[in-house]
Amino acid sequence: MEVKLLTEHYGKAEFQSLEGYKKIGDGYETLKKALKMQPKEIIELVKASGLRGRGGAGFPTGMKWSFLPENGEPRYLLCNADEGEPGTFKDRMMMERAPHQLIEGMIISGFAVQSKKSYIYIRGEYKDSLRIVEKAIREAYDAGFLGKNILGSNFTHDMDVYSGAGAYICGEETGMISSLEGQKGQPKLKPPFPALKGYLGKPTIVNNVETLAAVKYIVRDGAQAYRKNGTEKSAGTKLFSVSGNVMKPGNYEVPLGYPLKDLIFNLCGGLKPGRKLKAVIPGGSSAPVLTEPEAMRATMDYECLAQMGSMLGSGAVIVIDDSNCMVDLLNVTMHFYHHESCGQCTPCREGTGWLHKTVASIASGHGRLQDIQLLDRISKNMMGRTICALSDAAAMPAISFVNKFREEFEFFVREGRSKVKGEGFRHAQMHH
Amino acid sequence: MFSLSEEGVAFVKRELNRYEDRRSAVIPALYRVQKENKGWVSPESVTYLSHLMDIPSAWIEEVLTFYTMFNKRPVGKYHVQVCCNISCSMNGGREMADHLCSTLKLKEDEVSGDGRYTISRVECLGACDKAPMMQVNDDYHEGLTNDKAVEILRGLK
Ligand SMILES: Cc1cc2nc3c(=O)[nH]c(=O)nc-3n(C[C@H](O)[C@H](O)[C@H](O)COP(=O)(O)O)c2cc1C
Ligand code: SF4
Ligand code: FES
Repeated sequence: MEVKLLTEHYGKAEFQSLEGYKKIGDGYETLKKALKMQPKEIIELVKASGLRGRGGAGFPTGMKWSFLPENGEPRYLLCNADEGEPGTFKDRMMMERAPHQLIEGMIISGFAVQSKKSYIYIRGEYKDSLRIVEKAIREAYDAGFLGKNILGSNFTHDMDVYSGAGAYICGEETGMISSLEGQKGQPKLKPPFPALKGYLGKPTIVNNVETLAAVKYIVRDGAQAYRKNGTEKSAGTKLFSVSGNVMKPGNYEVPLGYPLKDLIFNLCGGLKPGRKLKAVIPGGSSAPVLTEPEAMRATMDYECLAQMGSMLGSGAVIVIDDSNCMVDLLNVTMHFYHHESCGQCTPCREGTGWLHKTVASIASGHGRLQDIQLLDRISKNMMGRTICALSDAAAMPAISFVNKFREEFEFFVREGRSKVKGEGFRHAQMHH
Repeated sequence: MFSLSEEGVAFVKRELNRYEDRRSAVIPALYRVQKENKGWVSPESVTYLSHLMDIPSAWIEEVLTFYTMFNKRPVGKYHVQVCCNISCSMNGGREMADHLCSTLKLKEDEVSGDGRYTISRVECLGACDKAPMMQVNDDYHEGLTNDKAVEILRGLK
């Protein structure tokens, strides 16, 4: 069953405006409540709720916030709305359906971490999101929810948007900071972590859209109420963006720990008639692929997917039926990482290039058996030795595809054609 | 010589004061140039911006070349960007890109003879539930078929 906590009112168009947000929802009532609390109390509440980052890494949010230095130094709150992980489309919906939910969550979070300024970094292609969020920010200013001495408290907070310009790497938090600073979006070496030295060298908290929106509900209902959904280590609900070969693709909010099988076969209406499930990528294209038997026993929480050697990531579930060629899909994915590597680190720049070249050669029917081995070897050399996690994000899926679907790779090499797709198919993928 | 309109100049000046650091105005300024320069950013417009903003042209160049949404070469009046990432590829995105190219008798990333179209393949645009899809200038067109996509392009003014 879906549990619509964040998405309760998403079906109603008026929810986008401040008026609708007040009428249908509970307006900015939670902000009023928060401003009467101590900032530290809110941080403790968020810790107690078990909320973990919804952007990909799943880091405990309250803990991240408590890494900020305890001096009066100015600090920034950045909302990561770059949403570039292939398969993910939830932040776009959240911004377009419920911009005030995000803004309220951000003001509360900004108060908790005592930040006077926040930015929402929105991916460049999301022009509608940008326009809608900008309008909502203006409404919030006019209503006194943003600006000086918000609602008579002595908390002052300003908020603005910033538009990216097309680069997946700007979703990585330090890449995003570089981009917001007006530079190319190259990640920076950590430590120092942004909480100590981030935007313009100042302490900075970066959180995903969904994480910041969830904070509102934790403050509204309390940590225990939030924990009613989910598991011990994966508390609350999560939005899953389901795409690929299901009958009803879309965003679904369910409690963490929800069976993947039910997500696919109940909520999403299953596969096309006559099709069989072959594989599922459970957390965006950076997450290692699950085979059908794995998918059938997986639950959608951080611990189960980690234990299966994959990850929850951004919550993008890509459902793959038996009409797909795994060599082809790996080719598409490796093209992406090669294209998006920022090029700073040799293992990533060279590795993503080699991975793509090697799998493209197999997918064009010119591969050799040792190329399959090579994919595995290149990948292993790309892991754990770069500035950011993009290198691992390319390597991990490659290893999983090659090892779990080796027989399809071997068939392609041996026969010079896909085990699954017909002859006409090669043309379409060639220039990719 | 390239120059921005009066409103364009005013926009860039406002952006220079909008963020904590002036340098953050480079991306918005490049968007503006692209909008006023038929969809692309020419080398001379970088020099122009550098003077206008009092920011070294190397800094502007660095940003221009890093981000894919800035076109470094002329594009058609309608820049058609077809998503060919995983979920769209599983639902005919690549075939749709090919179909558009062959229907309009165009190669990828090329400007059509009448200056109307450029067709490019791009990465995931965050509309995977409505695959295949394409973006034409700023607008998303989702849940397409080959025929629908052609119809949309033909219908553009
Ligand atoms: C290559 C790469 C791309 C990323 N893209 C995104 C993104 O689009 N959105 C996002 O919220 N986090 C993204 N992240 C994760 C961020 O670095 C960061 O962990 C996150 O924004 C923190 O927010 P959270 O704790 O609320 O999840 C990406 C990470 C990497 C390595
Ligand atoms: S790992 Fe890749 S994307 Fe990340 S900083 Fe290094 S080169 Fe850039
Ligand atoms: S894969 Fe095409 S929009 Fe995401």
